[in-house]
Amino acid sequence: MSEAATEPEPVAGGDVDGPMILATGLRKRYGRLEAVCGIDVRVERGEAFGFLGPNGAGKSSTMRMVGAVSPVSAGELRILGMDPATDGPRIRARLGVCPQLDTLDMEISVRENLTVYGRYFGMSRAECARRADELLSFVQLTDKADGKVEELSGGMKRRLSIARSLINSPDVLLLDEPTTGLDPQARHLVWERLFRLKQRGVTLVLTTHYMDEAEQLCDRLVVMDKGLIVAEGSPADLIRAHSTREVTELRFGVGEHEDVAREVKDLADRVEVLPDRVLLYTDDGEAAAVAVHERGLQPTSVLVRRSTLEDVFLRLTGRTLVD
Amino acid sequence: MEMVLRQFDYWATTYRRTWRGSVVSTFVMPLFYLLGMGVGLGTFVDDRSRSELPGAVSYLEFIGPGLLATMVMMTAVFESTYPVYGNIKWAKVYESMLATPLTVGHVLNGHLLYVAFRVATMSVVFVVVLTGFGVVDSVAGGLAAVAVAVLIGMAHATPVFAYSAKIDSDDGFAPLFRLGLLPMFLFSGAFFPTENLPDGIEWLAYAMPVWHGVEVCRDVTLGMVDWTADVGHLAYLVTWVVVGWALARWSFGNRLAEGT
Repeated sequence: MSEAATEPEPVAGGDVDGPMILATGLRKRYGRLEAVCGIDVRVERGEAFGFLGPNGAGKSSTMRMVGAVSPVSAGELRILGMDPATDGPRIRARLGVCPQLDTLDMEISVRENLTVYGRYFGMSRAECARRADELLSFVQLTDKADGKVEELSGGMKRRLSIARSLINSPDVLLLDEPTTGLDPQARHLVWERLFRLKQRGVTLVLTTHYMDEAEQLCDRLVVMDKGLIVAEGSPADLIRAHSTREVTELRFGVGEHEDVAREVKDLADRVEVLPDRVLLYTDDGEAAAVAVHERGLQPTSVLVRRSTLEDVFLRLTGRTLVD
Repeated sequence: MEMVLRQFDYWATTYRRTWRGSVVSTFVMPLFYLLGMGVGLGTFVDDRSRSELPGAVSYLEFIGPGLLATMVMMTAVFESTYPVYGNIKWAKVYESMLATPLTVGHVLNGHLLYVAFRVATMSVVFVVVLTGFGVVDSVAGGLAAVAVAVLIGMAHATPVFAYSAKIDSDDGFAPLFRLGLLPMFLFSGAFFPTENLPDGIEWLAYAMPVWHGVEVCRDVTLGMVDWTADVGHLAYLVTWVVVGWALARWSFGNRLAEGT
């Protein structure tokens, strides 16, 4: 279905030599609460960079600072080589922002949401119209152009948000939780569009609490927890560094998991107990599963899978990503 | 200013959806008020107290410009409550605008300009209706009334913008309407001379911008301009606009830059 869609124009190269985003000791305080507690981030041109972490980790606060909307409390931040405290409008002119909750205007048409928005960037009406048609085609909403936004499904609204964030052909696209709340099919459609943008060389910066999203889209990511970065690297690097190749998941009856964990401790590099299952971290999951059965244990279910970023997160913070 | 005008297409699109309904109500409302209160009640009032109204005008002439000033106040306040609160909290229109080169000041001024436009269009219609009732003394007087009406609108819109961006729940509008707007409407001097009020309330009425608006509106519409007094009234209204704008700017900055 994607072949028919026209591509948006290649992104303007810009005049930035250094990193697109550079943060040093970045902090955000709201009164007495510190949401971001000193993080260092560097995003290069053309990179797809992710902030992975649970709700409340400080991802959205970071994104609002990077979006040159929320003032920096402490530390240094340069976006496209500029300081958001003094160059906010110039920075925002070259960013695309797709917020976590759609901020589309429900009362005007799908197409008007794009044309009106382009005007905020100082684009001419003709240019807004041309670009709107191009982008509607890119996000496969051409046939909905004259409809109301409220008639769109959640996935369509998100695609329209993405289209709107691209109206100014941004150097960097910021996406806050781009697929949260979407059904699996809609998520894949969004990922596929974002992947295309990535191929076109658009720098993507996204936050997510879905490990599969981070693995799908990110070249490099940081894992955030309680306002701090606890790990950084490519998804594969992080898994290699903080987990084993495979995981064997064993489910037993309620309350039995602690005892089981003690009995199988020696069968894996590491054992984690969750409320509903025991995880055996090992490079050979099948062998571990066989060994468990040889000890006469009878789990209600056994699943052998590859390690994911979820396991990395569990290892680093002792908690799961999605509670 | 160029940055503020970048929002023109947005507000024009919004207006295109609603203007038909609003034109009808802005035409019908003054017509009904003037018929009911000016003509109906006026006939009754004029019989006994014509000479007691300032300038010995008819009740219709007394109440017409006063209605313009108070209706403008009502419209400006309503346009500055739910639309502002909704753009922050529900539709998040401002948030989406602030992700672009626009700043908080631009967004605030864009919306205020739209309110000024709404007030101006309704004032024009109102003045035309007043002319139909023979209340407007001259074309210049009518045009001046429209200009004063826009000033009255802004004197109320700016502080209410500040208030709407400050409150955490739309429950905050009930006290504004009942304890703020309703007494301002009744004690504005539009329906009877404020001297008729008990002393305490009379002084409260003088502190409210709307009374000053009513006075100037009446003077310019009826061609009875008292330069000293009217310049004072206008200066007072301008002060409300300036202070109100500063409060609105502060309130918008707090609310929108910190993202709640």
